[in-house]
Amino acid sequence: MIFCGASLVTQFHLAEGIQSFPAALHWIFSNLIPDETAMERLPKILDKLVETALLSVAVTVLAGICAFFFSLLGSGITKIHWSINRLVRIVAAFFRNVPDVVWAMLLMFSFGQNILTGFFALFFTTFGLLTRAFIETIDEVSSNCVEALEATGGRFIHVVFQGILPSSLPSVITWVLYMIETNIRSSTLIGILTATGIGYLFDLYYKRLDFSSASLVVLSIVVLVLVIEGVSNKIRKVIL
Amino acid sequence: MALLEFQNVSKSYDNVTKALSDITFSIEKGEFVSIIGPSGAGKSTLLRCINRLVDASEGTIVFDGHDVRKAGKAEMRQMRAKIGMIFQHYNLVERLSVIENVLHGCLGKKSAISGMAGHYTEEEKKEAFRIIQEMGLSDQVYKRCDELSGGQKQRVGIARAIMQKPKMILCDEPIASLDPKASKVIMDQLKEINQTKGITCLVNLHQVDVAIKYSERIIGVSGGKIVYDGPAEHLTKEIIQQIYQSSANDLIMDLQR
Repeated sequence: MIFCGASLVTQFHLAEGIQSFPAALHWIFSNLIPDETAMERLPKILDKLVETALLSVAVTVLAGICAFFFSLLGSGITKIHWSINRLVRIVAAFFRNVPDVVWAMLLMFSFGQNILTGFFALFFTTFGLLTRAFIETIDEVSSNCVEALEATGGRFIHVVFQGILPSSLPSVITWVLYMIETNIRSSTLIGILTATGIGYLFDLYYKRLDFSSASLVVLSIVVLVLVIEGVSNKIRKVIL
Repeated sequence: MALLEFQNVSKSYDNVTKALSDITFSIEKGEFVSIIGPSGAGKSTLLRCINRLVDASEGTIVFDGHDVRKAGKAEMRQMRAKIGMIFQHYNLVERLSVIENVLHGCLGKKSAISGMAGHYTEEEKKEAFRIIQEMGLSDQVYKRCDELSGGQKQRVGIARAIMQKPKMILCDEPIASLDPKASKVIMDQLKEINQTKGITCLVNLHQVDVAIKYSERIIGVSGGKIVYDGPAEHLTKEIIQQIYQSSANDLIMDLQR
């Protein structure tokens, strides 16, 4: 009933929708399979792809390091003052809850269509998310050994590097690897906005109606993400 | 002069209920003292007030001639370095090796940079190896602590405490998560440290019979107050009932006298 009513209102015809499938499939196969001209562009695509991947790795690692020290202030173990804990959590929530694409659009005003725009957009969301994740990790993992190291008369910095860091390392690395994967995907989208990296190439080919090259870009991103996932699984196994 | 002195010490976590109220006692150098009492009586709080893992609310605590509560940050660290501590859940850095955990015992004497980097001198390492051997853990030196059994972990905990060359060792329920055999090993080791090295031991215990067997002196705590303080052999059934606030039938205990 609801479906029929909705179909009437929106003039959606199920039969026509299904009928258009073969045509759509035909279009996909005729246009989206990378052809020879697309393959000629492969070196250029790979070049941009590597650039995007390296940017994602750099952003994530840098944001991870910053987030780790920032999250120390936000975790329950430092207890400098409760207001600092609260402040850190609010700052992290702010960075995290603005989507990276929105960050990119905002930052375009200050940096223009520049690789820095994408860098900071990714940095902010990654920093916010990792700070939140690390606070939880640190609180969960290290309250016992923090107490013990404090009892030996160790300084705060000793407690951090000898106690908290080794205890939380596995889950810190897992989070960073996961964010690298996510950021490669996000950076494609941001690249479309900021005209940099692999996203720019995709946008270019797409607007030129060069669909086979555009699909090659998409395929290469998928392959890259799968490769990264495989590598990070290996790393996780070795470390844990 | 006594090594440790409590004078009218009180502690309240929420300004309403008192975890400790008006605690006064002193401990001489070389004593082996057990603190018994029901869960939540304030035993752990009492122990943690000594090395300021918990800050007391009122009163004076004097350790080795220093006023603990008035100590600044640097002085507090020096004081903590002289007090070893052993925990119920061992509180080791589980992902580090035995030797690394034992070396943590000398963090109190390290500069910020070398302690941070885990850089220890040759003598410190030799000392750590010697202590590990003493604890019977020679085969486990390079093993990660999460591979060890409960008893072995606790021995690493003791080794870390000895590494501090402490004047006093605080033990917070050292055998509460161990089986009877491992418990005996740990208690024997604590007793031996106390006798051969002359390190004062203050032990929180749940097991009354263990307290009576190992310690010369027992302090009974109930509801944040000291209800008994005297030699182990004077502890009668009536006093134990008073400490645990229940009749003999409700308690698992076996006093052979």
